[in-house]
Amino acid sequence: MHGDFLSLNSLTVIAGQDKSGNAEGNDIVFSPGEITALLGPTGSGKSRFLYDIESLADCDTPSMRTVLLDGVKPDPDSRFELQGRLVAQLTQNMNFVLDMGVYDFICTHAESRSVDDPEETACKVLAAANELAGENFERETQLTQLSGGQSRALMIADAALLSWSPILLIDEIENAGVDKIRALELLVKSDKIVVIATHDPVLALSADRRLVIENGAVRDIMHRSEAEENLLKKLEAMESEYSKIRSKLRKGESLE
Amino acid sequence: MRLVTVAGPPSCGKTSILTKACSDLLAKGISCAVVKFDCLQTKDDDIYARAGIPSTAVLSGGLCPDHFFATNLEEAFSWAEGTNAECCIIETAGLCNRCSPHMRGVLGICVIDNLMGIEAPKKIGPMLKLADLVLVTKGDLVSQAEREVYRHRIRQMNKKAVIRNINGLTGQGCRDLATVLSMAPDIKTVTEMRLRFAMPAAVCSYCLSETRIGNRYQKGNVKKAVFGGSDAR
Repeated sequence: MHGDFLSLNSLTVIAGQDKSGNAEGNDIVFSPGEITALLGPTGSGKSRFLYDIESLADCDTPSMRTVLLDGVKPDPDSRFELQGRLVAQLTQNMNFVLDMGVYDFICTHAESRSVDDPEETACKVLAAANELAGENFERETQLTQLSGGQSRALMIADAALLSWSPILLIDEIENAGVDKIRALELLVKSDKIVVIATHDPVLALSADRRLVIENGAVRDIMHRSEAEENLLKKLEAMESEYSKIRSKLRKGESLE
Repeated sequence: MRLVTVAGPPSCGKTSILTKACSDLLAKGISCAVVKFDCLQTKDDDIYARAGIPSTAVLSGGLCPDHFFATNLEEAFSWAEGTNAECCIIETAGLCNRCSPHMRGVLGICVIDNLMGIEAPKKIGPMLKLADLVLVTKGDLVSQAEREVYRHRIRQMNKKAVIRNINGLTGQGCRDLATVLSMAPDIKTVTEMRLRFAMPAAVCSYCLSETRIGNRYQKGNVKKAVFGGSDAR
């Protein structure tokens, strides 16, 4: 309970039932360093799925799913201790309310995690965040002055490098003005189980696999086909074209 | 009857999470009743009533809300027993930060939100320090890092409590709260029970409706501060 680092080799979600009580088709095993995209319209049951993980469901949530850690059911004591600490979440509507400088804040976070060298770790987090944001901010910049993209970038970097939770859940990383492909790389390197709820085609296709959620249950587990691989390359090329044009416009250059 | 005290600053989400947790208990066939202590006004009993949870709200009005709470506990307990509830929850927002409603042997819960600023856990005092369970709401509005730093600050103030993030709007975590409520210690009577923390003293002329400012109007248990000195804090 005291900021100890949790390591996990696998997390299994044993199938339950959908909102109509029909059996869910697939058990799902998550491993560290793997990115899973969660797809499905609002209300399809994405949050339910994540809540099951977070609360270490044991046939006691509406979905009747069961969660195993490293292949076994956690005993009641460790279950209670881990509940609500397994999953680090980055939500969309995230602000800073603390009146602190960026560097001081990350240092404080590192200290709360009893990291050996908080200053050095904070520098790493800031450098990674600056890479993702594209607009640099300073160590002394107040948290509350960061732009949306900068705060998102800082949070992704912090979650990847400093958060103690072995599972990281990110909601719609794409609307943030961060370099999402770089963000994915950073997250894979963090050796966490990463789950991304997204509507972004590039992100969804970049993930190792896609879970399609419907009526409260996982309907399909999809892996990238060769055709999709090619489509992804095409989309990435389009995106890079698009951002080139955007950056030219920003700098006031002619597009003729 | 199982008894739980729930304390926390106004508008931090106590009623939201309790409504959801109690609804969950009702769905499991565990009856509960809520007593709401408040200061000036409250509509919370309507909220509970709409959810089908027996509740009653009482206002301290012109009295110190903490003393009002302590002097009405027996009656609150009797009322809840009269509803045949298996679990009675006493929700109080009428506490100043110097106070704690928690009793020895009764499950004590403190609710605070993530928007109160990083120093909040220090300022809230005994209602947080002496709680068995600290629930943190509104976490969806801040970053993961901020939640973790905040949690660390709570831990510094209270070494023993279980700390949980909970969301009164989405209901995330409320089911776990319901489980905790359903396991609260079974209490026969609150008579002879002891508060975990003494109430602040209050016997001066202002307790008796004095409104004028000035030394000559101050009678009774009056404490004079030293300003500009080291012991002013």
